[in-house]
Amino acid sequence: MGPRFVIDLFGFEIPDTVPVSLALTLITLVLAWVASRRLRVADPRAWQVALETGVSWIHETLERILGEDPRPYAPLVGGLMLWIALCNLLSVMPMLRPPTADLSTTVALALVVLFAVPAFGIRRHGLLGYLRTYIRPHPLLLPFNLIGEATRTLALAVRLFGNSMSSQMIGAVLLIVAGLIVPIPLMMLGLLTGFVQAYIFGILAAIYIAAAVQVDQKRVAEREPASSPTPTP
Amino acid sequence: MTETTLLSLVSIITAGFAVTIGGIAPAISEGKAVVAALDAIARQPEAAATTTRTLFVGMAMVESTAIYALVIALVLLFANPLLPS
Repeated sequence: MGPRFVIDLFGFEIPDTVPVSLALTLITLVLAWVASRRLRVADPRAWQVALETGVSWIHETLERILGEDPRPYAPLVGGLMLWIALCNLLSVMPMLRPPTADLSTTVALALVVLFAVPAFGIRRHGLLGYLRTYIRPHPLLLPFNLIGEATRTLALAVRLFGNSMSSQMIGAVLLIVAGLIVPIPLMMLGLLTGFVQAYIFGILAAIYIAAAVQVDQKRVAEREPASSPTPTP
Repeated sequence: MTETTLLSLVSIITAGFAVTIGGIAPAISEGKAVVAALDAIARQPEAAATTTRTLFVGMAMVESTAIYALVIALVLLFANPLLPS
């Protein structure tokens, strides 16, 4: 549960979350930089094909949600997904605790989403146009919109934290009561849960961004099927 | 019985109740989600990939309700703000 080690730096107690997540960020950066050198159109190598598969998967997923060009949003959402997935992968490493099993990390990630959503919304609609989405559909609903903004951030953070931490804790408890072999299937389940949670975090961030970005398109999309003939399945 | 003992007793019992009651509704809803997904796959086997992916996402969303209850229970047990540590 608690930090595995604490570094004492200038009187500040720094838990293991900070160095581990910084090291993970550094590793991801170096890997991404090395992988994106010397890309070539003709005769791509194996790692380039793998890289393109991953990137185009993120682009396709985002395009299905946003319904528009996903390129401005792909770095943020893809980076969140990749980083959280790598974090949750750390749960099988001995001596390390995944940074997502610390509430501070997940709150930081949720805050990134909380600030990214208005940023994308303001860039698309302007400040007034974005602020107008808060009094939609009626000014009476302004407090509910604000509360919804806060609670969905909290839910985003607590969901990721609870999943990572509980899978760790289940492993530890089973290790005490049942010995060596029994925790292994649950650790495998924990890995699956970790990847699904990373996917969900990215998808939810994309959905929030989509809600902020395309306020007006939605009405157009709703009007469209009425005028066009229904396609036969 | 001192006040601290009473507080920890109440905390432990409440943590058990929180997980128990908080686990019932997500369990039932996850079962319903799986039933609906199996039904959809049986009707449309060609859409099984999409259905399974949506099912996983939906189940993780439903499961987070149980996770909230678990977090509350763990806070009561290990990081109780009312108990002197």
